[in-house]
Amino acid sequence: MVGAAAIGIIVLMAALAYELILGSKVSLDKYGFSFLFGTTWDPVHDVYGALPYIYGTLLTSALALLIGLPISIGVAVFLVEKLKRRQNEAHLIGTTVELLAAVPSVIYGLWALFVLSPFLKVYVERPLHNYVGFIPTFSGTPFGLDFFTAGVILAIMIIPTVSAISRNVLDAVPNSQREAMYSIGATDWEVITKGILPYARSGLFGATILGLGRAVGETMAVTMVIGNATRITGDLFSPGYTLASAIANQFSETSSPLSASALIELGLILFFVALIINVFARTLLWRMSRMTKARI
Amino acid sequence: MAGIMASSGIDRRRRITNRAMTGLVYLSVCLAISPLVFILADVAIRGASVINIDFFTHLPRPVDVSGGGIANAIVGSFVMVGLASLMAVPFGVAAGIFFSEWPESRLSTVSSFMNDVLAEFPSIVVGIFVYVLVVLATGTFSALAGGMALAIIMIPIVARTTEESLKLVPRNLREASMALGVPRWKTVLSIVISTGKAGLFTGVLLAVARAAGETAPLLLTALGNSFYATSLMQPTAALPLLIYTDGISPFPQWQADAWGAALVLILSMLALNLAIKLTVGRRMSHARPEN
Amino acid sequence: MTIEMQKGREDEAMKEGLTVSTDVRTVTFGSKMKTRGLRAWFGKSEVIKGIDLDIPEKCVTAIMGPSGCGKTTFIRCLNRIHELTPGAKVQGEVMLDDENIYGPKVDAVAVRRKIGMVFQKPNPFPTMSIYDNVAAGLKLNGVKDKKLLDEVVERSLKMGFLWEEVKNDLRKPGAALSGGQQQRLCIARAIAVQPEVLLMDEPASALDPTATAKIEEAMVQLKKQYTIVIVTHNMQQAARVADYTAFFYLGELVEFGETAPLFENPQKELTERYITGKFG
Repeated sequence: MVGAAAIGIIVLMAALAYELILGSKVSLDKYGFSFLFGTTWDPVHDVYGALPYIYGTLLTSALALLIGLPISIGVAVFLVEKLKRRQNEAHLIGTTVELLAAVPSVIYGLWALFVLSPFLKVYVERPLHNYVGFIPTFSGTPFGLDFFTAGVILAIMIIPTVSAISRNVLDAVPNSQREAMYSIGATDWEVITKGILPYARSGLFGATILGLGRAVGETMAVTMVIGNATRITGDLFSPGYTLASAIANQFSETSSPLSASALIELGLILFFVALIINVFARTLLWRMSRMTKARI
Repeated sequence: MAGIMASSGIDRRRRITNRAMTGLVYLSVCLAISPLVFILADVAIRGASVINIDFFTHLPRPVDVSGGGIANAIVGSFVMVGLASLMAVPFGVAAGIFFSEWPESRLSTVSSFMNDVLAEFPSIVVGIFVYVLVVLATGTFSALAGGMALAIIMIPIVARTTEESLKLVPRNLREASMALGVPRWKTVLSIVISTGKAGLFTGVLLAVARAAGETAPLLLTALGNSFYATSLMQPTAALPLLIYTDGISPFPQWQADAWGAALVLILSMLALNLAIKLTVGRRMSHARPEN
Repeated sequence: MTIEMQKGREDEAMKEGLTVSTDVRTVTFGSKMKTRGLRAWFGKSEVIKGIDLDIPEKCVTAIMGPSGCGKTTFIRCLNRIHELTPGAKVQGEVMLDDENIYGPKVDAVAVRRKIGMVFQKPNPFPTMSIYDNVAAGLKLNGVKDKKLLDEVVERSLKMGFLWEEVKNDLRKPGAALSGGQQQRLCIARAIAVQPEVLLMDEPASALDPTATAKIEEAMVQLKKQYTIVIVTHNMQQAARVADYTAFFYLGELVEFGETAPLFENPQKELTERYITGKFG
């Protein structure tokens, strides 16, 4: 009987895949694989291609990792190495970071829309545009609702996950490795960079991939600050779209069976991307927990 | 190397690097925590200015009319999260029991893995799924569809926390019960569950907190409503939905309502988390390996 | 009672017996390291209760005693590794060539370069090759010259009695070796940074007799260049390799002297009871 529930979960996943494929059938039949490379998304003329959205998802996720990963590892290092002697403080900071994970996406979006975006526009984007605007990524006129802001809010949102897992990973590194490094005369920093981080690298990589998975699937916060324009450009200050935000934004406006089907196919793409990323990340973490015999 | 005091150039550079990197690490902690501070502050300040009795009891009013509220959103959220819990809790608890008590079976490994993957899934994909399965089939957006979507999001959380808290129950308790001739299913039902029930309760609360804040799946299933829904098969309002639609609207009055609704949502989640902490405390933290 | 531990005056010293009591200052010639009033804590519990010990230069000194006597904590105080444990505290002086390694301006990193350590369980760096393991300490200190590194790696592996077995496989990962080989790798890694003292915490207790024999062979050669302090619970091993032995009990130094006379003719009753196996 409880086994039925377990079977149910597998059935659920299968049903998800099935329904998504079913729903995208019209679009799949029409475009096949070229859907992934089509650059036009035009409901007026009933032409659809997913590339701008795939691009936007990749770009914002890359930004999120670029900004969020160093900070997350810094937090994990702080909690495990610097606060080793002070368990209470470590617990407090750890809990605070975890609290960030509990904030609903839409509230992140609301804050990003009214507070973060204007701030970034004035204090980050404009200076960047003025001083290094010759670099193509900063060449557009800063509006605040663009790839850049979306990347920043995504970074903020993945930090709790990535740092929590990184912390477990670093904690699982055996103490004997630290002592071995110290005993040949290494500084604290060298023990971390040359001893602990290399040892933990597959686990940290897994944490990164999980963060990527989270960034890829994030919908509400992104859709509120990304500007919602279908385009492919290297200009970070340009408005754009991601797979998830496109679905959210355009769902109520489907005009034809093909358009609805195309949107669902976007969901199918997202499904597979998220599936692959998560399976990959879980496998990496499982491997690391076997190596150190700890639960990650 | 005469004398122990480090004085060579390399050593000094290493020491400076060490100090600089320590500074960077402290900086990253500040950067990680400050958004939380700002968000909570903004929600509290901007939201508080909107909140009054009307806010909780009235329906939304047109733009230039004062006295509007979010009553329908509050009710809608309650209804859908309640529906979702009814569906998700039995399912999730059952699955969690299976993972914990029959961990060796192939079904358990596969399903548990799928469960973990499902937990990390983009919620909008869940929304599409329920849209195709229910909304298209019934021809209407509905609270039922919304509830189902939230249920799918809750199940993995409930299953995982159930599994973890049951695993904490010491093995000899089970063995003692079975040695007395109690059949396995009864052992599980009475002994294991009653010992682990605090953890189960926590898991349910965690799932509820998560479901209460989800927006994307509701966009595609419940759609939202400016009034009360009169049946489960109508578009229904919900707190997160309202925050979204009011937030992106061009009207300052509605935008302010969004902050108010955000405050209500955050306070509810804080209350839920407090309930969790009070019942369980630090029991659910991972054990650190000893070397 | 005064004690003289100069080499060459051993006969005289033997005649007088070699008992050290913690309240007598020792005359120190030829001592590489000295501890004065060394005390150590784990949180609230005092594990080392005031030890004055002189470690003779270029000899092997064994620290022995029943479990819980503080011998491991003691040597971990000698290279300032003990203080890395959360809640650990150290008090007193430890002199390396008349300089206190716990002095206020002393850099612990530099101390650990001069006083190396081999641990009970071999702990090579698994993400590094054999070569990189040995070279790790040198690279940290900024040595980049490939020829110099090659030289030092070869020399260190030879002194660790590992060179012949791995000279064609230097790029293999450090963790791919057998337990005994890993431990010799750790020895090579420790001596590559050219310490003056080598501390060994029960280096062979996790190894089989053949591997142990190789380690002991290495020790006999190493002591020509380094001062060695070894913690061991194996009396035959101490008899085989150690020139001097110190006997600890419950955090205090009970007796210290040349190994053979100490074992044959212990001056203190506690020592005698340990040696004759009355308690482990």
